Amino acid sequence: MRPYLREKTSFGFADVPEATCYEAGYLVTKNAGWRSIRPVIDAQRCVGCYQCYLYCPDGVIRIEDGKAVVDLDFCKGCGICQKTCRIGAIEMEAERK
Amino acid sequence: MKQYLSGDEAFAAGIRLARPEVISAYPITPQTIVVERLSDMVEDGSLDAEFIHVESEHSALSCAIGASAAGVRTFTATSSQGLLYMAEGLVYASGGRFPIVMMNANRSTALPWNIYGDQRDSLALLDTGWIQAYAQDAQEALDLALMSYYIAEKEDVSTPFMVNLDGFILTHTYEEVDVPEQADADAFLPRYETENCFDLEHPKNMAFSAGPDTNYIFKYKEHAALLRAVPAIYEAEARFAKIFGRRYTGLIETYRTEDADQILITLGTIAGLSREIADELRAQGKKVGVVRIRYMRPFPTQEIADAVKGAKAVAVLEKDISFGAAGTVFTNVTSALQAAGIGIPAYNFIGGLGGRNISHKDIEQIFALTERGTERVTFIGLEGER
Amino acid sequence: MKEILWLGRGGQGAFTAAKLLGAAYAAKGEVAYSLAFPSFGPERRGAPVRAFTKLDSKPILDRSETVLADYIVILDETLYAPSLQDGLKQGGKIIVNTKKEGPDWTAFDGDAIAKELRLPVVNTVMLGALSGVSDVVGIKDLEAAIDAHLAPRIREKNRLAIARAIEEVRR
Repeated sequence: MRPYLREKTSFGFADVPEATCYEAGYLVTKNAGWRSIRPVIDAQRCVGCYQCYLYCPDGVIRIEDGKAVVDLDFCKGCGICQKTCRIGAIEMEAERK
Repeated sequence: MKQYLSGDEAFAAGIRLARPEVISAYPITPQTIVVERLSDMVEDGSLDAEFIHVESEHSALSCAIGASAAGVRTFTATSSQGLLYMAEGLVYASGGRFPIVMMNANRSTALPWNIYGDQRDSLALLDTGWIQAYAQDAQEALDLALMSYYIAEKEDVSTPFMVNLDGFILTHTYEEVDVPEQADADAFLPRYETENCFDLEHPKNMAFSAGPDTNYIFKYKEHAALLRAVPAIYEAEARFAKIFGRRYTGLIETYRTEDADQILITLGTIAGLSREIADELRAQGKKVGVVRIRYMRPFPTQEIADAVKGAKAVAVLEKDISFGAAGTVFTNVTSALQAAGIGIPAYNFIGGLGGRNISHKDIEQIFALTERGTERVTFIGLEGER
Repeated sequence: MKEILWLGRGGQGAFTAAKLLGAAYAAKGEVAYSLAFPSFGPERRGAPVRAFTKLDSKPILDRSETVLADYIVILDETLYAPSLQDGLKQGGKIIVNTKKEGPDWTAFDGDAIAKELRLPVVNTVMLGALSGVSDVVGIKDLEAAIDAHLAPRIREKNRLAIARAIEEVRR
């Protein structure tokens, strides 16, 4: 399961669970504002080895049709995926505002 | 079956009957015997639980939180400095709404270093969101071991439960205790079922953060759940009486308070001696009574007000002081009186700190001072050795 | 209420005697209550220790240490002090494990019986002596308490100790 955004902008009492326990993947705000560089995947070279998936500290990389895909709504731009990619399929590019 | 047990042993017997699946604890006087007995039970196979030897109290409670988050009934026990060392975990357990049961052997806190009984350890942590009960004898301790799980695990309560036993005076004193049969205990206490746990089939976020937008709602819900423990306590006691024939009286226990002029409010084992002195004073024509607080959280605001509304003055005797203010029990009691519009004088007596004996004479004097009027806060026995 | 103060040295089993007495008394039935507790605190072999048993026909609410005892049982004669007399109720008795007779105590040679039975400690012998001197609890109840609380391999010896001590007192 990967995180997805809920269409919710305001909260009431009833939306808050009783305990700190809620269905996984429930995210309500994008969290990528402090990213200054972003990973770009070269789909030609990517072999879908899962190395970047395993190392991503935020769990925002998934493999789709055998290729790595980054969820940029939650990627912090740390660059660990680029460092761990053994075949150099990931480049970090400056974030364009 | 009747057995001759110490308070610690009786509590361990009660926990065995409750069938916890994980026990994590670190030994500390005067709690040690509870965990020793439980580890014996796990070793000899009479208790089917995972006993986790941890390296500190902080880990003991962290471990219990983890186990509870895996969905199983969990037990830990501590005392004094150990409880204080757990303080960080206490709020994790209550905020995460994990119905862990903990026995605390009430013991003084350093410095000066001291292993004897007073209630400063648990009362200092009254605001951490745990249910807090105080036992008077070994039978009540055992019975609370069973009832605590029933109350804590009720779905609309889901709050951790701390059972307090006066260090040594209760933990190390032997007396005859009726130990229930396992079949009756099983009939009383259902299996623990919860949604508040990790589940591979339905992945969950647990123990997450919540910002200013929702945090206060979690806190309100915690407060509301602790208040819902009140009906749960009465329900548990009614159910308990039906199965075991022993009756308990909810958040407080009153003794000869109906027509009393002076009422002594206290908690723990010293309530026993207080009742004895009340009988003696009654025999001399003094109209006195005793209220024993059984639960400090949820606090018996209405119950105390109802019990003392006809009195001329009340005394609060506690083994605790909130330095720079008054005893914590006292401030809670006076707040209850204020809430009910009861304007009678209230006096606070601090005694038994560091295990100092509270004598017959001390309690007689408390009643006398309460009748006559005295300082707001009095440390008893300051005149020195008798 | 009957209150018994036990004086011994760490390792002599004073608290075990206090507990056996309490258990024996409580097992008598619905109208028998008891408390047994040691003087609280760190334990050291050889250090003087005190233990307490309280017996009553109603639940015992006062859990504080005994101030005035009905009986003071002393397992080690070196622990006797004249000031102990102030801690006795009217008509109370001090029973000392000693060969020396004295005006202020009841002498009972518990060591001799312990030696005869090859018992390393004198606690159950002195418990038997208390039973013989007083009427607080009988031999049957004490034997039942020994069976309930002592390890199987030492029960027989300790039952004998109780019986021998009672016999010796009544001689």
